[in-house]
Amino acid sequence: MHDIVMENLSKMEGHVSLDVKIRKGKVADVKLKVSENKRFYTQAIRGEYALNIPTFVSRICGTCSIAHLLAATICVENALNVEVSEQTKKLRELAEISNILRDHAMHLYFFCLPDIFGKESIFEFTGHEEKVIEKALKIRKVASELSKEIMGRVVHGINSRVGGFIKIPSKERLKEIEEKLLSVREDVVETLDLFSVDWNLESNTNYISLVNEDFDFTEGIIKCSDGTYIQKDEFANYLHRIILPYSQATSFKMMGRTYLVGSLARINLNKSALSKYTKDAKKYLKKFPSRNIFDNILAQAIEVLFCIDKSVNIISNIELKKEEPAQILRKEGIGIGVIEAPRGTLYYELNISNGYVKDGLIIIPTAQNLLKMEQDIAAIVEKNINEERHKIEHEIEKLIRAYDPCFSCSTHFLKVNWI
Amino acid sequence: MIKVGWFSFTCCEGCGIIFLEILNEKLLEWKKKIEFKSFRMLSKENFEGPFDISIVEGAISSRKDIEKLKKIRANSNKLIIVGSCAITGYPAGLRNKFDEKRKKEIKPILREFGHLDRVLKIEDIVNVDGKVSGCPMQTEAFIELFERSLKEFETF
Repeated sequence: MHDIVMENLSKMEGHVSLDVKIRKGKVADVKLKVSENKRFYTQAIRGEYALNIPTFVSRICGTCSIAHLLAATICVENALNVEVSEQTKKLRELAEISNILRDHAMHLYFFCLPDIFGKESIFEFTGHEEKVIEKALKIRKVASELSKEIMGRVVHGINSRVGGFIKIPSKERLKEIEEKLLSVREDVVETLDLFSVDWNLESNTNYISLVNEDFDFTEGIIKCSDGTYIQKDEFANYLHRIILPYSQATSFKMMGRTYLVGSLARINLNKSALSKYTKDAKKYLKKFPSRNIFDNILAQAIEVLFCIDKSVNIISNIELKKEEPAQILRKEGIGIGVIEAPRGTLYYELNISNGYVKDGLIIIPTAQNLLKMEQDIAAIVEKNINEERHKIEHEIEKLIRAYDPCFSCSTHFLKVNWI
Repeated sequence: MIKVGWFSFTCCEGCGIIFLEILNEKLLEWKKKIEFKSFRMLSKENFEGPFDISIVEGAISSRKDIEKLKKIRANSNKLIIVGSCAITGYPAGLRNKFDEKRKKEIKPILREFGHLDRVLKIEDIVNVDGKVSGCPMQTEAFIELFERSLKEFETF
């Protein structure tokens, strides 16, 4: 058995390559090389005007742009002691829900479905497979409309400011979107079965996510599956940064252990809060807590249903009034902002001095998962060690896709080469 | 079938995400006349093509990128670049404006991964046949240019 080298893996966000060293039928080493060229945002934010940081960092990622923008906004507000209205908080929660809905739908229907249907891409789908894609487009469309109504744009939003929103969505427009959300709900419920894959790779994993009673992606305390609870502002203290010299990304360990963030972690850790909203997913929720990384796919599908139900709930109850963003009086402070982005816990820390960023720290969900990903790749290779090369490579890609990694983000902080 | 390639260099892939947004409306229609010969996000990447229309987002920050871009240009009838990173080099090229202190700090990483000393825009390396500006690229302008280009190859 020779070594495995894969370059520029497809059907995922960003660039990644892989080296697997095999000795005597066992995996000796795995190097997941994030080849996404670094854009050095952690260094670039230094010296930038603090109130511009959210728009600045939304450019870290095209698909989780909203998550970066919101986390950074909350961080600056935390540093400068800015209190925002309940309306602002609700709109932010709704914005992040729309982000997760759209992003999960992209991953599930465009990246994972080809693996499920045994095809190279959605372009090869025929018959009933095409029908599923038509449904996917409808789901994604309504998510985008919701993002656009709140943030002004789907990518790199323009309505949000430190302190609140400069443009409030119209209740009429939200009601229209609510109708559309309800109209795609049935399709979403039907596809839960499709994403309940029978692929399996189990391991003992420390799962980590922000949790709260309402499964609100923008609030809460950090929970670990070993039962530890960590206040948001303590989170970074528990993490040990691991430099991966072969990769343009760093990763992290908590108390010496690798860990996992993302949908699987969120549902494993807070199933009861979710199940208040997603009655139709009851049978699928029975699988959780799950030790199987491939259940991240089903977890995302359940979260898609949750996003529809929760956003309908919020829109029904929200009272919108015109209001200006809160005043910002301070120019100094150190603050943190933590939210659940589509792929997991996103952490921002900023040190602001005289209105400008002195220094900052950005901990990306995918970066936190990289070490665990390497461990799982080793396991999947060993599980398939007697298979043909191209089958092993396909299994590796399937596994990495199950994580739904975002390599464009993770630089902050597959042509197989059989040697 | 009109052969199309989508390529992402150093960027946030936001223009690519906008393209996916456009596909919410246009996929069923365009699928009938387009073959995506390279589109890493949805299928597989290949630089050989040949391509009738290639779309490039992102700036150029490594020697490998330069080689890939030259290949795309050589194998494409029409090359359209989209987004601020491809057209101006920013914000992907923020490090070009770093002070000496930060330049020193990142130098070891630049060396290790074969990065160029300066991030370049696409037109620093090759000629292009069309541009759609914006951060992310403007949706309507892209649809207009892309569909106009498709028409050119349809009548061919």
